[in-house]
Amino acid sequence: MAAMEQTLETPATPRASLVERMLQVAWIGPAIAAVIIYIFFGIVGGASGFLTVAGTAGWLNTAAELGIIAIPIGLLMISGEFDLSTGSVVGASAIIVALGSGFYGLPVAYTFTLALALGVAVGCFNAFLVNWTKLPSFIVTLATNFILAGTSLGLSRLISGSSNVSFKDAGWAEPILASKWNYFNVSVLWWVFAALLAAWVLRQTRFGNWILATGGNADAARRAGVPVSRVKLILFIWTAVSASFVGIMSAVMYNQGNAAQGQGYVFQTAIAAVIGGVLLQGGFGSVTGIVLGCVIYGIVSLGLFYTGWPTDWLQTFIGALLVLAVLTNNIIRNAALSRGARRK
Amino acid sequence: MSTPLMQLESVSRSFGNNLALNRVDLDVYPGEVHCLLGDNGAGKSTLIKIMSGVLTPTLGTVRFNGEPVTFRSPRDAQGYGIGTVHQDVGTIPLISVSRNFFLGNEPTKGWGPFRRLDHASANRIALEQIRAMGIRRVNDADQLVGTMSGGERQALAISRAIYFGARLLILDEPTAALGVKESKIVIDLISKARDEGIALVFITHNATHALQVGDRFTVLIQGRTAANFLRGEKTREEVLNLMAGGEEFEAAGHGD
Repeated sequence: MAAMEQTLETPATPRASLVERMLQVAWIGPAIAAVIIYIFFGIVGGASGFLTVAGTAGWLNTAAELGIIAIPIGLLMISGEFDLSTGSVVGASAIIVALGSGFYGLPVAYTFTLALALGVAVGCFNAFLVNWTKLPSFIVTLATNFILAGTSLGLSRLISGSSNVSFKDAGWAEPILASKWNYFNVSVLWWVFAALLAAWVLRQTRFGNWILATGGNADAARRAGVPVSRVKLILFIWTAVSASFVGIMSAVMYNQGNAAQGQGYVFQTAIAAVIGGVLLQGGFGSVTGIVLGCVIYGIVSLGLFYTGWPTDWLQTFIGALLVLAVLTNNIIRNAALSRGARRK
Repeated sequence: MSTPLMQLESVSRSFGNNLALNRVDLDVYPGEVHCLLGDNGAGKSTLIKIMSGVLTPTLGTVRFNGEPVTFRSPRDAQGYGIGTVHQDVGTIPLISVSRNFFLGNEPTKGWGPFRRLDHASANRIALEQIRAMGIRRVNDADQLVGTMSGGERQALAISRAIYFGARLLILDEPTAALGVKESKIVIDLISKARDEGIALVFITHNATHALQVGDRFTVLIQGRTAANFLRGEKTREEVLNLMAGGEEFEAAGHGD
């Protein structure tokens, strides 16, 4: 019997080749892109200090603040949804802390909790609208972004007479949220923590499998017993709470809160996730890829400054990169899927 | 013969004034393939939905293991051991074979916050189960399901349902979108599952496929049972005629 099993198994096709295996790695594209872009700016901007510690800290700090939000955004996109409301959550959280602790002198623990609670509330609100109305999250969260942006601006001016409130001393929170080592902000550590947590969840937990399945085929996932609505609820909350955290951190770091700040995150986070190989259609992506997407964003933003070229061109550069990334993602996805077909 | 695992007695289902099923009887036995034949709109989908707990019959009785049952939901039906493999097979192309296999039932190890997926045993079991179904080309549990052929995806879905305790499998048009070679794989899968004692309902409008593997046959026409027969009682031609419209066939002089 054993011999027969053997003869039956030998004709089976060999294991995938190295190239084929690499195509299956979701972050192979962004990894190559990050290296090329780093080398490019190393050559062009190296002389003016891009490669120095200060230069490195510059792009890492940028990548970190972006990444803390972009990582959960990426998970949410893998589950097939969007969140464009993060910008307002950053601004609203910053102004809550600045108004509460800076203007009224409340303890920071109290205002931090309030800001994080706002994150939870926004996440619930987004998930509720998406799950119960079945409207596309793109439009629902865009609406949330506007509602919240207007409200925090209005309330801030109503209470303090200004949209910008200063906040001098965060006490015990200063070292955790605003300390520096060399030129590196402590936010880099928070980014690493966010990445490790998300990578663990996506790769090693049942919930991670549910995220991938929800984005891959929500009907099939539902039939297999995956609580699709709950998966989205948790991811919307995760995203919004991360945005609150960045808002709190920026209030402590820059000693002020501005109700209008943070709108840059709305698209930058989604761009970083897509550059990092997350499929817009959902169902595919990796945390390593998203981290690399943030790194690429950071390198390009800061690298351009070191080249001495006018930084006006930054958005042109990012836009071109985005198109390239989307095209590459599609090619890689199709290549990964045609592997079996070719061997038939 | 033993009692049927599932029995539909004079089951009717109407949608408003439209009678989709009219007094249909159906017996499904363990270790047997019951082919459900019929053209589009004959009521096959309505019948599957009743059997899998998506719909309840307007009239008539559903028995499971001899006991009358009412499935309140597909989950409820699954609890009885009724597995349905839908036309789209329910696979997710961009995740791996083993992640698909265990979706919703992922094995974990470790404790508390360190509870994590047991990739090693998931991979091993998923491969074992699929290969036990005779699929030899799948040899890597990390392979994306999107790289598998249609027949191989059916194998994944069927072995998955059986592994998680299905005693009755409803296969909705599993060969509809497949070529000759791939259909053969699915037919082999069905006989493998039958040999393991699973009761199968094989929905198709391909008489050739049905006759290759069926033990019992029910032909539906416009919501009614047009014929009910056993293996060997009718030729392929007769079956085709029946499916095309039983009345004509009867009129053509089928004496007995």
